[in-house]
Amino acid sequence: MKNLVKAIIAIAVVCAALMYLVNSLDKTSSQGGTDILTVYNWGEYIDPALLKKFEKETGIQVIYETFDSNEAMITKVDQGGTNYDIAIPSEYTIEQMKQKDLLLPVDHSKIPNLKNIDEDFLDLDFDKKNEYSIPYFWGTVGIVYNPKMLKKDLDFTSWDQLWDPSLKGEVLLVDSAREVMGMSLNSMNLSLNSTDSTELNKATDKLIKLSPNVKAVIGDEVTQLMVNGDAPAALTWSGQAADMMYDNEDLTYSVPNEGSNLWFDNMVIPKTSKNVEGAHKFINFMLDPENAAQNADYVGYSTPNKAALKLLDPEVIHDERYYPSAEVRKNLHVYKDLGKEKIGEYNELFLKFKMSLQ
Amino acid sequence: MTKINTGSKVYLALVFIVLYAPIFFLIFYSFNSGDSMTNFKSFTLDHYKDVFADSRLVVILLNTVVVALLSALIATIIGTMGAIGIQTMRNRKLRNTVLSLNNILIVSPDVIIGASFLILFTMVGIKLGFISVLLSHIAFSIPIVVIMVLPKMQEMSNTLIDAALDLGASKKEVLTRVILPYIQPGIFAGFFMALTYSLDDFAVTFFVTGNGFSTLSVEIYSMARAGVSLTVNALSGIVFAVTMLLVLGYYFVTTRKVKGVRK
Amino acid sequence: MQNKRSGSLTLVPYYVWIALFVIAPIILVGYYSLLDLEGNFTFENYKNFLTPVYLKMTLSSFWYAFLITLFCLVVSYPAAFIISRLKNKQLWLMLIIIPSWINLLLKTYAFIGILGQSGPINAFLSAIGLEKQQMLFTSASFVFVSVYIFIPFMILPIFNSIDKLSPALLDASRDLGASRLYTLRRVMIPLTMDGIKAGIQAVFIPALSLFMITRLIAGNHVITLGTAIEQQFLVTQNWGMGSTIAVFLIIFMFIIMAFTGEKRKKGASRRDKN
Repeated sequence: MKNLVKAIIAIAVVCAALMYLVNSLDKTSSQGGTDILTVYNWGEYIDPALLKKFEKETGIQVIYETFDSNEAMITKVDQGGTNYDIAIPSEYTIEQMKQKDLLLPVDHSKIPNLKNIDEDFLDLDFDKKNEYSIPYFWGTVGIVYNPKMLKKDLDFTSWDQLWDPSLKGEVLLVDSAREVMGMSLNSMNLSLNSTDSTELNKATDKLIKLSPNVKAVIGDEVTQLMVNGDAPAALTWSGQAADMMYDNEDLTYSVPNEGSNLWFDNMVIPKTSKNVEGAHKFINFMLDPENAAQNADYVGYSTPNKAALKLLDPEVIHDERYYPSAEVRKNLHVYKDLGKEKIGEYNELFLKFKMSLQ
Repeated sequence: MTKINTGSKVYLALVFIVLYAPIFFLIFYSFNSGDSMTNFKSFTLDHYKDVFADSRLVVILLNTVVVALLSALIATIIGTMGAIGIQTMRNRKLRNTVLSLNNILIVSPDVIIGASFLILFTMVGIKLGFISVLLSHIAFSIPIVVIMVLPKMQEMSNTLIDAALDLGASKKEVLTRVILPYIQPGIFAGFFMALTYSLDDFAVTFFVTGNGFSTLSVEIYSMARAGVSLTVNALSGIVFAVTMLLVLGYYFVTTRKVKGVRK
Repeated sequence: MQNKRSGSLTLVPYYVWIALFVIAPIILVGYYSLLDLEGNFTFENYKNFLTPVYLKMTLSSFWYAFLITLFCLVVSYPAAFIISRLKNKQLWLMLIIIPSWINLLLKTYAFIGILGQSGPINAFLSAIGLEKQQMLFTSASFVFVSVYIFIPFMILPIFNSIDKLSPALLDASRDLGASRLYTLRRVMIPLTMDGIKAGIQAVFIPALSLFMITRLIAGNHVITLGTAIEQQFLVTQNWGMGSTIAVFLIIFMFIIMAFTGEKRKKGASRRDKN
């Protein structure tokens, strides 16, 4: 009994001490928080130095919170109880957020730096006239591969090369229905936004034929596996491919000619925002060429900021793997929100494919 | 004490090697001058410097520890009381039902617990942050405490309690002098497993947190897409080293004292 | 015995917890399970669950949970026994628990590195002239990492029940000519049954709903109900179907509890005999 009481007291004392320490370290709570901006973003998806610079320039305190999937982020914003001023979701999520009325319009007059964004990346289908969103990073879906590990000389200029028998048990796929189904649809020159059930079934049948070649269907750990040489080829996003190529120079990346997906992550202002003014300042700050370049350099993804491109390493911006030519871009398509019903169908067919792996 | 043969020692050593292998692996890479847990480039202490330079990360770590300790403590108290109560139940059917209810949070995947707690908290109007995270951690840790304490309660025969009562002990004395000392190992097991639950949890915390409050797990999972930085490895290395030192230090100080006093 | 009332008093906070954090969420989950994507009332989700895809998934979840629990028990029982005979047993026990406090995702990444083609195990294999093995993305590696995660949950309760066994009892049994196996089967296991049961509960039940490592370590070659629920909630955003699977998981758990729960108070008489 004495032991138990002692233990309880010890834990209580330790907790009190730690909480005191937190309070003295945590400036936001100690300053009483006059002007606060809460940013909701993926982890490691911004240069922390920029947050400090923003705080210095504007006097606004930044609270940085992180999420690990678009869908989980929506649930949080939708359910309330939070006050995010800036969130950085992917484009298909923005359509959903608009439908659910979770976003505030962005006032372009407060964002003079908007002129720095490449016009090709503005006024797109998911958000006409950029009423609610401003692009942050962009990229493609393609195949990252290790030529040294391939048994046959493949260059992945066509999706069909993934089905090559020499790749038996060697291909990694991302665990995401839209990407994998889209890849199969694209390989048959069909639209990755197809809603036609016969087309989708055809795509699934073709995927099931791919299953002997599939080593695994995985998530973000694809980076580690490709760098380590656990597999010679993987379907993945260009941003992750960039991370991989940085760590392993043998790797390279290709977007097949049949076309592929073009994706965006964008800054939005959720309806729960309590500092709309600050949110606009933040967006404008991030669009500043120098800041955008610094951020692109830190994160390693492709920036839509054409003024920032001039400040980046020319070798990178002329590398078509990171910044594909206009010709390749013609064949790239942005995902449309197909509605819950169709997304459900995509996921069910994808599950059917995954079950065929066992 | 029975002699332990070499075979047993080798077996136990193997178990420990496997248990610690991934930890040493990730600490090893915390000294990598590269930026991921792949191909070791050269030795550096930069990631350790980064830990101390990043006060946000340190705050998150401390928050994580506070939530874990407090939630495990409170869950252990409630869970132990629950286990004592369950053991005294006469109605077998009711008892089994309560035990089944107890296990629901263990069998439910974290996303479901997280989402339903989030709905619960916003309905009641609890501000998302430290309190909501603490309450959730207490909630999902209680069942494991009950599971750990219950076998000790079952072992303790009722005759022991009856004897104490017959000898004129008050109910309070029975609790503090008979029951609690007997089930103490179960209580500690429950506490440590509750700590594990709390430190490991990502999904529930993610859903119920807000207003700048974050834990290490949430931070690490959200890094997955852009790559988990080795700063986190360095931080884990520090946490691991400090924990080891505390446990070993505490253990040797207390055993010495006991020996000094009693022998 | 009088402590019936004091018993119910200690139950008050526990019941409050059950009401707020168990019953309320169950009602919520039950409610959602009856909704379709548009939020209309439907039994479609239940019909959907009773299709081959989900039944197959249920079977494989149970099969893997069984394997994980079995291996956990086989590894943990001797380990718990040996630790209980060591000099600094409490310290060794703590050393079993400590690894579980390091973040699971990090440890899983470490396992991907260890088990991978360029990992230390394959480096060792090729150093001694053997062929490299594909270990990741197999059901064996999935079971292995799951067992790794759950070991402390099995060792702790078993240790607690072995620890109070007096070595003299086992010696007596041996002196009376009982074989090692007989002593184990007839003396040790019955006396530590409560601990074993607690360990099985603490491993089997959460193992039913494992996710994450089904993807990270098994590369989706293993799909469990837990994975399916996570997908339904976070990817498809079909909370109705996700909740339905959860309802079934809860029902399965109730059935298991009904079967494993003690029927009569046999324990007392058994204990008295000993």
